[in-house]
Amino acid sequence: MMTGNMACRIIIFLMLLLSLNGCALTWSNTQSEVPARHSINEFRDQSFAEVFDPWEGFNRTMYQFNFYFDKYLFIPVVDGYEFITPTFIQKRVSGFFNNLGEVRNLTNSLFQLKGTESITTLGRFATNSTIGLGGLFDPATTFGLKQQYQDFGKTLGYWGVESGPYLVLPLFGPSSLRDAGGLAIDTGIRYGIYTAVDPFGNTDNGFSIASGITGMEAVDMRHLQSFRYFESGYPFEYYMVRFINHQKREIEAGKLPPDKFQ
Amino acid sequence: MVSICSNNLQPSTFSLKTLYLLFVSLLMLPVTSLASDDGYGYPIPGSYEATILGTPASLIPEFPGKTSTRQLVLDVIPKRLKPPVFFYDEGLRCTLAYQEKKAPLVFLIAGSGASNNSTKILTMMKALHQAGFHVITLPSPTNANFIISASQSRIPGDMVEDANDMYRAMEAAWIKVAGDIEVSTFHLCGYSLGGSQAAFIAKLDEERQVFNFKKVLMINPPVSIYSSAARIEDLLKQIPGGGKKQGIFFNKMLSRFSEFYRYGNFVAINDDFLYSIYTEKLFSREETAGLIGLTYRINLAGMIFSSDVMTNSGYVVPKNRVLSTTDSLFDYFLVSTHLSFFDYFNEYFFPHFQKERPGLTRQALIDSMSLKSIEEYLKSSAKFGVMTNENDFILTRDELDYLRKLFGERAKIYPRGGHLGNLEYKDNLAYMVAFFK
Repeated sequence: MMTGNMACRIIIFLMLLLSLNGCALTWSNTQSEVPARHSINEFRDQSFAEVFDPWEGFNRTMYQFNFYFDKYLFIPVVDGYEFITPTFIQKRVSGFFNNLGEVRNLTNSLFQLKGTESITTLGRFATNSTIGLGGLFDPATTFGLKQQYQDFGKTLGYWGVESGPYLVLPLFGPSSLRDAGGLAIDTGIRYGIYTAVDPFGNTDNGFSIASGITGMEAVDMRHLQSFRYFESGYPFEYYMVRFINHQKREIEAGKLPPDKFQ
Repeated sequence: MVSICSNNLQPSTFSLKTLYLLFVSLLMLPVTSLASDDGYGYPIPGSYEATILGTPASLIPEFPGKTSTRQLVLDVIPKRLKPPVFFYDEGLRCTLAYQEKKAPLVFLIAGSGASNNSTKILTMMKALHQAGFHVITLPSPTNANFIISASQSRIPGDMVEDANDMYRAMEAAWIKVAGDIEVSTFHLCGYSLGGSQAAFIAKLDEERQVFNFKKVLMINPPVSIYSSAARIEDLLKQIPGGGKKQGIFFNKMLSRFSEFYRYGNFVAINDDFLYSIYTEKLFSREETAGLIGLTYRINLAGMIFSSDVMTNSGYVVPKNRVLSTTDSLFDYFLVSTHLSFFDYFNEYFFPHFQKERPGLTRQALIDSMSLKSIEEYLKSSAKFGVMTNENDFILTRDELDYLRKLFGERAKIYPRGGHLGNLEYKDNLAYMVAFFK
């Protein structure tokens, strides 16, 4: 497929860019190192904002990859989308994908045996799929059925699975080993449902349509996310992003911080 | 949202109800009823609380019109060498919000550590754009982006040098957009440290005359940078063990925060949650002060680290070490956050300027970083205005009186709002816009 081919080329280009990074810059220093005036050994305090991150080198490379991917492909596409599409349409598109996401919310609230929540989510899905015209509109919220975000990572957390090492995923960004596994399961479940329902089975272009929808979903996802890699300019941005993402997941998955924090 | 921790049925059902009621009463409550009879509707009385919470979303005006913006990336210092660890820094970043017709242009300078895209500066930008101004936002000279791409010395803090750097950046921004927009007059505005900087930049403009600023508004400015920084450092003294034990403090606050969420039944970590932390008084006054001090330190750490890497001074990073893009910086983060403003001033900043200007005393350097050093100029010019708060903790009583005396009617002093807490409040934004009209 043409578009797939293009994407592959861009990714290879970005990979090359990453590998060249070290030698492209003129900043170098061959003199021997002199210890800094202040070092970590002089402080008698707890470490803070720390997250288990044994793969930091890899993660930083991925963080950088995402920065370039955003810069050369993702954000220009999103900008183009925002430019040509009226805000009204953008909101309908987001609504549509958000409604598809209810399937993930529902399966996971069921996995967590949350009765009321499952019923609410089912009610939302039924309402918005019908009178909300397939999710384009959200009458369910007006009826008092509030959205309850769930995913398999949260389900695992709910049943006591630790988040494991921090992991920066290509395109998806900050995650953890547990949540990355969760993402794979959610995607698998969704693919299973898709295959069973086979909505485009009677057309010849089922695959193209499905890829188009997935592409659109990615654009919508990035469109809704205002975060831009390295935009803060803060030299420790990686740690702030890591800490906030990890902590938000930990807290929202209902777990207390580990003992060393108490 | 149904609680994630519904296995703790008893405490959570209890607090669910109380909190729910609390939310409803808070959000529904017309906030004016909270205001004192001074006719000023900003609701948060405490100085520290206001500083942390800012303006409740419902009291920030909406800007329905589309703000046409463009990101500018400026090559202010051509051929600037940048180390690999700052590979992402491609030049000084500014944001232009433009009108299609001829209009006055306001340069906005961010507060200490902040970028051209900070929440506060973007709100100010939208308010001014909506009222018909062109706007260019600039990062603070203490922001890493500025240090890396626009600071000649790479050591921020000297008011005159920073003003020179900033002026050069503003000229570069103006050259970049001059062909695309029509400007009638230029104005200047800055908040916090950026407020004081605005005064020094305006003074430089009298000589250079590139912009001939018509009006200059300083929002919550320090009078003396040194004294204000000292007052912020004092906030950290209120926690057990002071700044050197901020890690312990941070972790303690974090676990209380998490527990509050766990037992509180919240939808997500959002404004409602944060607001209820305040209403439930989760943190004491001393702890709130400590949190502000800690945030300041985290900010300062970015400045110290960037400056040290750019100058290869061997202050927190070993001299001659070239950090790669994948090196861990966590130890530098911990070290830099544990350094105070005084450490920076005494060990790094002052020695640098002493070397540059033989005979310079510590006191003379401190004095030069104060509005008092350009008092005669400020007094003589009618273009200045100041907007600040009675309870802004970065000012002493004397300093506030000084501003009152210096600017007379052109000093607008609100009864509360802490440090910048009320900047996004509708009255304040309206005052700012009216000032430039």
